[in-house]
Amino acid sequence: MSLNNAMLEKYRNNFLQEVAGNVEQGDWVKMCMQCGVCAGSCPLGDAWEHSPQKIFMMIRANRREQVLSSDSMWMCTSCYHCVVRCPRGLPIPHIMHGLASYAKRLGLAPKSNPTLWFAEVFWNNMLKKGRVNELKLGLSLYFKDGFASGIKQAMAHQKLGINMLKAKRMAPMDMFAGHAIKDIFGLHKMIRKAQEIEAAKLEANSK
Amino acid sequence: MPDYDKKLGAYLCSGCGIGDRLNVSQMETTAKRDGKAAIVKTHEFLCSKAGVEMIRKDIDAGDVNHVIIGACSHRSKVEAFRFDRAAISRANLREGCIWIRPYTDEAQQTTQEMGDDLIRMACAESRYINIPEPSGEQELNKTLLVVGGGMTGMTTALESAKAGYRVELVEKAAALGGWMAQLHKCIPHRMPYANPVATNIDATIAAVNAHANITLHLSASVAKTEGAPGRFKIEIATEYGTSTTVEVGAIVQASGYNMFDPNNVPAMNHAKSADIVTNMELEALAKAAGDGPIKRPSDGREVSSVIFVQNVGQASEAKGHLPYHSGIGDLIAIKQALYFKTQNRGCETTILFNHLRTPGAAGEDFYCSGQNYEVTFRKGIASEVFPGSSLEVQFRDMILDEDTSQTADLVVLDVGMVPNSGPDPYALPLVADKEKGAAPVFEVTLDSILNLEYRQGTDLPHLKHGFTDSHFICFPYETRRSGIYAAGPVRRPMDIHQAMEDATGAAMKAIQALENAGKGRSAHPRSGDLSYPLFRKEGCTRCKRCTVECPFAAIDEDEKGYPQFNESRCRRCGICMGACPVRVISFDNYSVDSIGQQIKNVDMPDEFDEKPRILVLACENDAYPALDMAAQNGIEYSPFARVIPVRCLGSVNTVWITDALNSGYDGIILMGCSKGDDYQCHFVKGSEMAYQRMSQIADTLQILSLDAERVVTYEVAITDIHRAPRLINAMAETIEKIGMSPFKF
Ligand code: SF4
Ligand code: SF4
Ligand code: SF4
Ligand code: SF4
Repeated sequence: MSLNNAMLEKYRNNFLQEVAGNVEQGDWVKMCMQCGVCAGSCPLGDAWEHSPQKIFMMIRANRREQVLSSDSMWMCTSCYHCVVRCPRGLPIPHIMHGLASYAKRLGLAPKSNPTLWFAEVFWNNMLKKGRVNELKLGLSLYFKDGFASGIKQAMAHQKLGINMLKAKRMAPMDMFAGHAIKDIFGLHKMIRKAQEIEAAKLEANSK
Repeated sequence: MPDYDKKLGAYLCSGCGIGDRLNVSQMETTAKRDGKAAIVKTHEFLCSKAGVEMIRKDIDAGDVNHVIIGACSHRSKVEAFRFDRAAISRANLREGCIWIRPYTDEAQQTTQEMGDDLIRMACAESRYINIPEPSGEQELNKTLLVVGGGMTGMTTALESAKAGYRVELVEKAAALGGWMAQLHKCIPHRMPYANPVATNIDATIAAVNAHANITLHLSASVAKTEGAPGRFKIEIATEYGTSTTVEVGAIVQASGYNMFDPNNVPAMNHAKSADIVTNMELEALAKAAGDGPIKRPSDGREVSSVIFVQNVGQASEAKGHLPYHSGIGDLIAIKQALYFKTQNRGCETTILFNHLRTPGAAGEDFYCSGQNYEVTFRKGIASEVFPGSSLEVQFRDMILDEDTSQTADLVVLDVGMVPNSGPDPYALPLVADKEKGAAPVFEVTLDSILNLEYRQGTDLPHLKHGFTDSHFICFPYETRRSGIYAAGPVRRPMDIHQAMEDATGAAMKAIQALENAGKGRSAHPRSGDLSYPLFRKEGCTRCKRCTVECPFAAIDEDEKGYPQFNESRCRRCGICMGACPVRVISFDNYSVDSIGQQIKNVDMPDEFDEKPRILVLACENDAYPALDMAAQNGIEYSPFARVIPVRCLGSVNTVWITDALNSGYDGIILMGCSKGDDYQCHFVKGSEMAYQRMSQIADTLQILSLDAERVVTYEVAITDIHRAPRLINAMAETIEKIGMSPFKF
């Protein structure tokens, strides 16, 4: 049984409990008092389909599919506007990211979401050498939509690139291999272990 | 009216800058020559021990019995200048004169004229008042009647009994406890505000039963109330046809509330299913369950899902609904949701709220507790509840903005509190003359609770929606019937702990009232006043204005239709005095003459002097203090104003206005409290009455061919310290525009 189905089976009609049990800081969702302050504070609010307030309400109203497949929580930039204003002190961005990552694990995250895509590129880039290869990351971002638009994008940001080179903020040699951190294998081991623990926890939770 | 020779002594103070700003020796002459004061003295610090001693010596020596203080405001140094056995008048030279005028040479002359006038006015008042004395009719009765044996009534009874007063407690039902006795548990009233708490009602009932000072009348009601504070006579009738008469000094009405009938909202289908219950009905189910799971009424199954529908027929303009919100329904729902969360394992519990209100100490914490227990709070407005083995609630989700529905085993309706008051005496316009109109004076739609034998009806007047009228800001327990106090949800919707605080407050007020009645003293806001309305029967035309317009129903009628004053029901507002067309009502220390003569004794410059005179009649409760505070803040106003404090704008007799116009005043300003539903008038109806009477002044002005702008009435709040002086200055400008009055002689 897929993890998603297992969770569905286990929590049946109680998405709030599923969120509380499996999403980072999800335990807080029940404390939202629907004042809407977060919705009014989020500078990206207009770009969201559902505000944090609404997402919390949807969770309580058992709108599982709708929430997990939504791209709303992927929009959060962690600006923390909402956190400082929420009268109930909900760690809203943490919950947003928690929901996003939970959706991803269950395979419900929206397929062609640019934030999700970028997050993956970022993660893989970082994991390779234990540090971010900015040159490659930037280039993969530019060439995301194909060669032609990549050249265009790169040309448009030419000046920025040259300035970064001058300021030694970007190493041109990174184009080839890039330098790794000292014990890269140790890092990989650590991450693997962490992922195992997390997966086991979810697996256990789904029983 | 006491019979004695008036010996006037005028005492001027030259302190607080008065001596620097005004020519005090000239004012001494004014007091002697114009004011006819036999003794005139000045002291540089009149409110000091030595200054007060100087006055007291003259009183003790029998040289002075009418004291005129020319110093600060009527409202300052009241304690220092309180002398028994003497009539006191005050000339407000500080706040009323030097502090509202600039300290310049040009202003000197008009400021001095103002000071001299204030002395003339105070002396005139002194000549026309008498030393007030209690009538000797008062009685001291240290027993209270408490109507209602619920939590409010029992608390009132216990508090009064503990304070050493006897209590007659009347309860309609066969047992004490009221609604509280039907509750499973209460909203917590102490930290940590997390869980419902036991009612402990049995302990309270036991304490009432055990207290030697409390006499219980169960299955009983008040069949008749006559008399006045200090001498109420109450007939208590029981269900079994017996009756007893008790005499009490004061009354507390704690008649509580009834629950709104959910059948007024047919879509809730309360009558169609045993599993659609009101919040009060749920208490019975919870009580029956003890600490075990709550069961469905229809089939006795354990409830595994419940929906609370909030605001059923509340704060709604629809017919048959309550136009207000009871305020505590959401706290009750949280409490009851926790019954399910703790007694019914895994019960899905949803509260459909609109504006979740959690007032009071428990408020926010209790709400959070509900959320911690995973009660689901959904902002939704229910449109219909469908009966069936599984109930369906149709609602609009206000956050997700969609129509949706949810099913449950049990639905709980949050219905509001309806005050249990008697019929409002003023629900219909009063018919002044019974003989003329065959129509009944009141249409009685509710059962009377007090059955007052008063000229103005059987029960406490309502404010709105059936709740008893009281001065919300200043005197919350005080009703419009002196010596009768309202406490608990009959006054406004509230929870148990608020009601208990209310009960304690009302007990204290009632004790105060009966003690005051025993001494012939007025209750608020003229607390301690010994004067009472005196009435010259020979002149009375039996027009009944006083009996109808007294806001406190202090005046009954005798068999011949003459007014019959009940001094201990009277608040000394003087509204009857303002009403009387033949001016036969007065007080020892306040009368048509005592004000009329102040108006007349102002020195009236002739038309060509370009010195207009503006008469300001300012309510002593709000407008006059506002002007005092303006002075304290250094705000100036026209030197042509002559301000006289009045007990209430309602005490203004129109004869003062006509006399003032006739004697050459150029403008008249009346300042009273706000009127209407949100009134702040300390005598409830005085300000409104004044507006009504002043609207008739227009005719007088026309006859005298004077401009209508010359007489204006304003609602002034105590906070209007900038506005009140502006109103006076505006009148000065108006006079400049329309010219001086042609009536100066
Ligand atoms: S600000 Fe906090 S309490 Fe208010 S709606 Fe947002 S999350 Fe809920
Ligand atoms: S932290 Fe995220 S959810 Fe909060 S205001 Fe910023 S972008 Fe919006
Ligand atoms: S003074 Fe006021 S309370 Fe007293 S009898 Fe007159 S109108 Fe009524
Ligand atoms: S208002 Fe005056 S005249 Fe009229 S009934 Fe009262 S006392 Fe008599």
